[in-house]
Amino acid sequence: MSAIQMHSAAAARQVATKLVVENVCMTFGRNGRAVNVLEDISLTVREGEFLCLLGPSGCGKSTLLNIVAGFIKQTSGSVLVDGQQVTKPDPRRIFVFQERGVFPWLTVEGNIGFGLRHLSREDREQRVAYYVNLVGLQGFEKAYPHELSGGMKQRVEVARAFAVDPDVLFLDEPFGALDSITRLQLRRELLRIWETEKKTILFVTHDIDESVQLADRVVVMSARPARLQRLVEIDIPHPRDISSHQYLSFRDSIFDQLGLAHKV
Amino acid sequence: MKTWKRVAFGLGFTLLLVLCWHVAVALNPTSLIPGPWAVVLGIWELLEKGLLLKYVVASLFRVTWGYSLAIILGIPFGLFLGSYRRAELVCNPFLQVLRPISPLAWIPIAILWWGVGDGSAIFLIFLASFFPITITAMNAVRNVQVVHIQAGRNFGLSERELLQQIIYPSVVPQLLTGMRITLGIAWLVVVAAEMIAVNSGLGFLIVDARNAGNRYDLVIAGMAMIGFIGLILDSLVQSLERKVS
Repeated sequence: MSAIQMHSAAAARQVATKLVVENVCMTFGRNGRAVNVLEDISLTVREGEFLCLLGPSGCGKSTLLNIVAGFIKQTSGSVLVDGQQVTKPDPRRIFVFQERGVFPWLTVEGNIGFGLRHLSREDREQRVAYYVNLVGLQGFEKAYPHELSGGMKQRVEVARAFAVDPDVLFLDEPFGALDSITRLQLRRELLRIWETEKKTILFVTHDIDESVQLADRVVVMSARPARLQRLVEIDIPHPRDISSHQYLSFRDSIFDQLGLAHKV
Repeated sequence: MKTWKRVAFGLGFTLLLVLCWHVAVALNPTSLIPGPWAVVLGIWELLEKGLLLKYVVASLFRVTWGYSLAIILGIPFGLFLGSYRRAELVCNPFLQVLRPISPLAWIPIAILWWGVGDGSAIFLIFLASFFPITITAMNAVRNVQVVHIQAGRNFGLSERELLQQIIYPSVVPQLLTGMRITLGIAWLVVVAAEMIAVNSGLGFLIVDARNAGNRYDLVIAGMAMIGFIGLILDSLVQSLERKVS
């Protein structure tokens, strides 16, 4: 291998940094006592990366995501996106809630086009149609959320987020309330969309399998107060074979990390 | 089910009950209750004298004023309380103490303040409607989903757009339901208010018919009209509700 080739390979690995979390601490006052939720969290997210925050329920990973998205103010430390301090939510970074975030008074079209107010009617309709297709909701454009299943509502929310062409997406256990079959389908769809649209994704989950199936890197967090326990780089190309030895060894090592037995 | 079928079922059963009533009274002549035919004649008599229309208009007039005032003042007040936690903390105890007092308990005060006449009746209807609609409006704001507001902010809405595009559509369906329930209450209370505080209207008709010679056919005629108009009012608001949502 020539020196030039080696150099370009190193450059490719040296992808631009998108988001930096520096020494973030979060303390909530509860019944007059201070509760430490996050303790000195630092991490770096690369441009176009799919990063999973994995940890037990209630460990504070959602709090971290809310801080990074600008919904909550951290007690100390800082969050930088493209070198700029995050102080409030921003349309360039969209937060996807569990399907509860869909507006019940708008149709599927209305929801997906919600962030496109500034576009002309024609452009908006075109964009909405594109994303309706992308998430496979053709024929449901005029339907209201109460007429849709949980999985379809979640598709609407994901489409609404992608439609505004954000740089970063925050997903807070987006598939947590769905049945396991729908969840698998939606993971596959999310990966497909992510690969075509190349966004930076921060994905919070408490599901080890989910994180190993989706992420480029998994951030394993401890129980409260949340600290970073380990960063696991999952270098298996997509689509991932979830019965392969490689996949299982990643999964098992995270199981061990969280102190879980391999038997039920 | 088709509309005509639903109406046919409901109407059919009502007619059946009226028929039973007719047969029962015909077989056992009693002074305890007039038969349905006597009631129909009573309504006819009121119509002929021009009293029915006059009384219905009088009752509707009072309800319109009392109810509209309550809506105009109660909804903004409730929305305000729902939006500002401190305002709610200040006003809620006072609302919760006044709310369970039956509007009828206010009758002596109403007469003291407004005298015998429309003023008292309107005041009582206003009181009866004001508390439920205020509390509905307050809860409607509080029930706005936090995630919806967060999502709105995330998509870069200004405070004004947030109000128009998130708060307003979340609140309106609940307000409409509250308005419908409150109109029912207002219609209940007008009858009671008219029994004591005025000398016209459907409530007055009922007391008057009894006092002036035990005309129970007219009493029940009045009751039937109250029920009938109540039904019409309810379906009017319901159709408004359907149109908006």
